[in-house]
Amino acid sequence: MIAHAIFFYVFSVIAVVSAIMVTVSKNTVHSVFFLILDFISISCLFIMIGAEFLGMIMLIVYVGAVAVLFLFVVMMLNVAQQKNQWFVSKDSSRHIPIGLLISVIIFFELIIVIGGWKYKPDLFNSAKSSLENGVSNTHSLGQVLYTDYIHVFQISGMILLIAMIGAIVLTFRQREGVKKQSYLKQISRERTEGVEVLEVASNKGVKIDD
Amino acid sequence: MEYLNIIFQESYKILFLLVPVLVSVAMIVWLDRRVWAFVQKRQGPNVVGPFGLLQSLADALKYIFKEIIIPASSNKVIFILAPIITMTLALIAWAVIPFGVEQVLADINVGILYIFAVSSLGVYGIIMGGWASNSKYPFLGAIRSAAQMVSYEVSIGIIIINVLLCVGSLNLNDIVVAQKEMWFVIPLFPMFVIFFISALAETNRPPFDLPEAEAELVAGYQTEYSGMMYAMFWLGEYANILLMCALGSILFLGGWLSPIDLYPFNLIPGALWLIFKILFLFILFALVKAIVPRYRYDQLMRLGWKIFLPLSLTYVVLTASYLFYFNLLPTI
Repeated sequence: MIAHAIFFYVFSVIAVVSAIMVTVSKNTVHSVFFLILDFISISCLFIMIGAEFLGMIMLIVYVGAVAVLFLFVVMMLNVAQQKNQWFVSKDSSRHIPIGLLISVIIFFELIIVIGGWKYKPDLFNSAKSSLENGVSNTHSLGQVLYTDYIHVFQISGMILLIAMIGAIVLTFRQREGVKKQSYLKQISRERTEGVEVLEVASNKGVKIDD
Repeated sequence: MEYLNIIFQESYKILFLLVPVLVSVAMIVWLDRRVWAFVQKRQGPNVVGPFGLLQSLADALKYIFKEIIIPASSNKVIFILAPIITMTLALIAWAVIPFGVEQVLADINVGILYIFAVSSLGVYGIIMGGWASNSKYPFLGAIRSAAQMVSYEVSIGIIIINVLLCVGSLNLNDIVVAQKEMWFVIPLFPMFVIFFISALAETNRPPFDLPEAEAELVAGYQTEYSGMMYAMFWLGEYANILLMCALGSILFLGGWLSPIDLYPFNLIPGALWLIFKILFLFILFALVKAIVPRYRYDQLMRLGWKIFLPLSLTYVVLTASYLFYFNLLPTI
């Protein structure tokens, strides 16, 4: 068990330190990299408690896809400058109350969850029972997710789909006067329509239209 | 003491896996160049050693003795970290590849997810290298590559779901054993083709090598790298290609199973069969590089999102309904 404890502390220290570094570091791109490190160490912790499926999904979804898009946005927009201005200017004090409110709410939510765990220890009994009879993590998760909680699962899927459609509708704009390449037209081009042989009169030239 | 023993044993195993992988990466570069040359009626590298086999070693020596130049305006930590991450990620994925029933370093339950996660992390090496170089061409290459790898991962993920539907387990050894009757390449042939093309895009191979398109972007994200750091990018890239070939042969070509379960074929150890299959897929990769011109970027995105994604999703529905209707779904 000593090795287990050592690994646990290593991963959790990395997770906490990198979580602090996300907010502390001046460079926004560094913040995102620390966020990624945080995700990775959290997924290692998941794997250590035996939730291998969750850990891998965490890696695939958050690190492999979400954080890449994060990094994209941070690199493309010059967020670093804006962030600095934001901290220097007087406007920043406006945001402090809202930030405090949100952090207090999160704090109480955490207390409720952890407190509920302490005073009602059979809260997670259903999960334990399926782990005991030698079924792997993934199977038991699937059995719970696709039987008892199928409606919640489907509804969350629908919400994600709607959010995606909303994002597409918001950013979609039809631009006029943009040259578009129709690939069907490109591959169905024949020699007869692509090449034209003209008799060029001397000193006059030809007019080529696009 | 006990822990030390375990650590030593595991280190031996890791070394016995990693050294052959690195050597075969060097050999595979030679093979790639040879195949490419033969298609174009050239000789390819044939001077250093027999058939030019030692060419890659000579190249590696050259890279080691070259100076590593770090651009003054680059972000130095990330600049140095990028090739290290690329190579590490390309190598750690080999931990779960089974070369036989028992011949696997880590026989974990979620092996396929692990490989998928590691290959989706591979994009970071490229983005970090491109961004930290602080120059235009690497940055453009990095952005292209990020978009490309994220899009093709989606279709690879759905193709993997197809295979998993037929297996009922995420363990790579179980996937191989499930193909004892019939390799998945036969019922899932369209998926194999799409997997092959997506693997080309995922590993930035031609015709999808837009991140390093030399005609437009000099060398893409590698432009500012030199010496050993460039070589590490390059090794990582080829190790990734080998990994994708290994994944393809495990998912569709029966992994370490022999093609016919008869007397002379049974004697050949499973590891050798896996290596043959990897080589077969790799030669296909090399041939594609030699005969197909590079895609345009919009064509690449169109292929990924508008063709591969709907096709593989439809095939998931087809596979699931077929298995359900004929009551062939694997039991747990």
